Formats: sequence, structure tokens, C-alpha cells
Amino acid sequence: MNEINQSSEDLQAIRQYMEKSSRFISLSGLSGISAGICALVGAILAYPYIQGSKEMLIDDTAAWIIIAKSNFIIFYTWLFWIAVGTFLVAILSSFFFTYRKSKKQGLSIWGKTAKRLLINLAIPLFVGALFLFEMAQFDAYVLFAPGCIIFYGLALLNASKYTLVEIRWLGISELIIGIISLYFLEYGIYFWAFAFGILHIIYGGYMWWKYERNIIEKVA
Amino acid sequence: MENPINNLNKLFDSRVRLGIMSALLVNDTVNFNDLKELLEITDGNLASHTKALEEANIIKIKKSFIGKKTNTNYSITKTGEKLFNQHIDALEKMIGRIK
Repeated sequence: MNEINQSSEDLQAIRQYMEKSSRFISLSGLSGISAGICALVGAILAYPYIQGSKEMLIDDTAAWIIIAKSNFIIFYTWLFWIAVGTFLVAILSSFFFTYRKSKKQGLSIWGKTAKRLLINLAIPLFVGALFLFEMAQFDAYVLFAPGCIIFYGLALLNASKYTLVEIRWLGISELIIGIISLYFLEYGIYFWAFAFGILHIIYGGYMWWKYERNIIEKVA
Repeated sequence: MENPINNLNKLFDSRVRLGIMSALLVNDTVNFNDLKELLEITDGNLASHTKALEEANIIKIKKSFIGKKTNTNYSITKTGEKLFNQHIDALEKMIGRIK
């Protein structure tokens, strides 16, 4: 009987070592929640510009650029800088909570698994950003929200092999929402807010509840 | 019937070695510091196990320099992969026997 117990313990240890050495497990659910809140704030800030109740262009030079049909008109819109700001604050806050969790677990945040996760997340995101930027040159702004959601979903799906399994389901959820939004283009901002705000908060909350609740209870 | 305990490999008879082999089976290479962190052991302890596994031709060690620091990378050999998979099979059979 002892040999059997020993064998099953060994197998369990092997599985854990394989997981721990190949996946970045410090990803915090709180990162998801904070990114979601950033996205909702960003969507609220962007809303009046999208509705047309606020002037989209930053200043008069911009008007001149429209005439010149510059490719870089997008840099002179408020919307672009709201998007950049939202993205940066979301990244920084996500990084903060994940850093905190990795410290609690005594793991390094910049190990091999973290690098692999980031690279695999970044490739589809970079391609997506480039694609959307080019689309903007053709004034295809209506496809911006579905494009963001779909490329983000693909990025998560790609990166999920290197982190917690929930990320795969978050990726698939994003893809489903992104595809649905293709058929409701006039509601782009609402789908965007749901995909980046609500879904992040739901998944982040679930991951926190599943993995981190107990870490905090132990400390308290 | 053959007793699967005979197939358990003495080379993998410690938790540290199981950890080293598990990490190397799912990663092309793993460096010394990552292994140390994974297994939560001292430099000396890890080095003695990796040395024993290297001498048995189970793993390969590759040393290089990053600036002035040595960077030691480990990878699994063909033999190592085969033996460790056999070891996992044997462990699974051990459990299967109670069913």
C-alpha cells in the first residue's frame, strides 16, 4: 500500500513540476479586475467623442491635416490618446497586482515562463494594432471595436498555453463577443466595454476567488 | 505478472531528481537559477544531483557566459527522455494495480 501511495505522490509532484516550470502561475485575478475597471473608465471617457457630442480633433492644426490627408490624422484625435492612456494604465495596474502575487508566492516575475507568456501575448496584439491602424487609413472605424476584441481574444488564446487555464476561456469568450459585435457595428463601444471591462472583471474575480482567496486568508 | 516496481528507475529515486526531469521534459532547456527556484534547494544540492544525472547520460549540461556571469543550461538527452517516460509509466502501473 505504501508503494502505491508513494507512486501517486510522485506522479502528482511530476505534474506540479511540469506545470510550474512551463506556465506562469503568478497571474493575479486582481490584475483582471483592475484592467476591467480601466477599460470601463476609458469607455466612459470615449463615449461623448464617439457619440459626436464632443469635438474629436485636438486643435486647429488637425483641421489642416485633414485637408492634407495625412496618414497620421489619428494622432490628432482625443480618442486615440484616451485609448493609449487606458491601455497604459491597464497594463501598469495589471503588472502591479501580478507582481504582488508573485512576491507572495516567492516566485520571480521575470522568469522564463513570464517571458514566454508576454511574447506569445504580444505577437497577435502587435499584428492586430498594425492591422487596425492601417484600417483607420481607410476610415473603417466601425470595425475598430470588433477588431480590438477579436485580436485580443486570439492573443489570449495563444498565450493561454503558458499560464493559468482560465485565460483560454477568457480568450474564447472574447472571440465570441468579438464575432457577435461584427453584426451590431453601431453598438461597437458597448461591445468594447463589455469585452474589455465586464469580461475582465468576471474572469478576474473568478480567478481571485479560485486561486488567491486562500493566500490572503493565510496572511490574515 | 511482472511486478512494475522493477521498472522504477533508481536514478529518479529522489524528489529533487523528479523535479529536474519533469522540468526538462516539458522545456527545451532550463537554467540553473530557474531550477533552483522551482525546487527550492541550495546550489550545492542541485549541483550534486545534476552532476549525477549528467554522468548517467540522462541530462546534458551547457555552460556559457552572459557578461562575466556563467549561465548553466540543462537539457534532457534522448536516453533520459526514454528512461523518464518509462519511469512515469511504471508509476502509473503501480497505481493501476489497486483498481
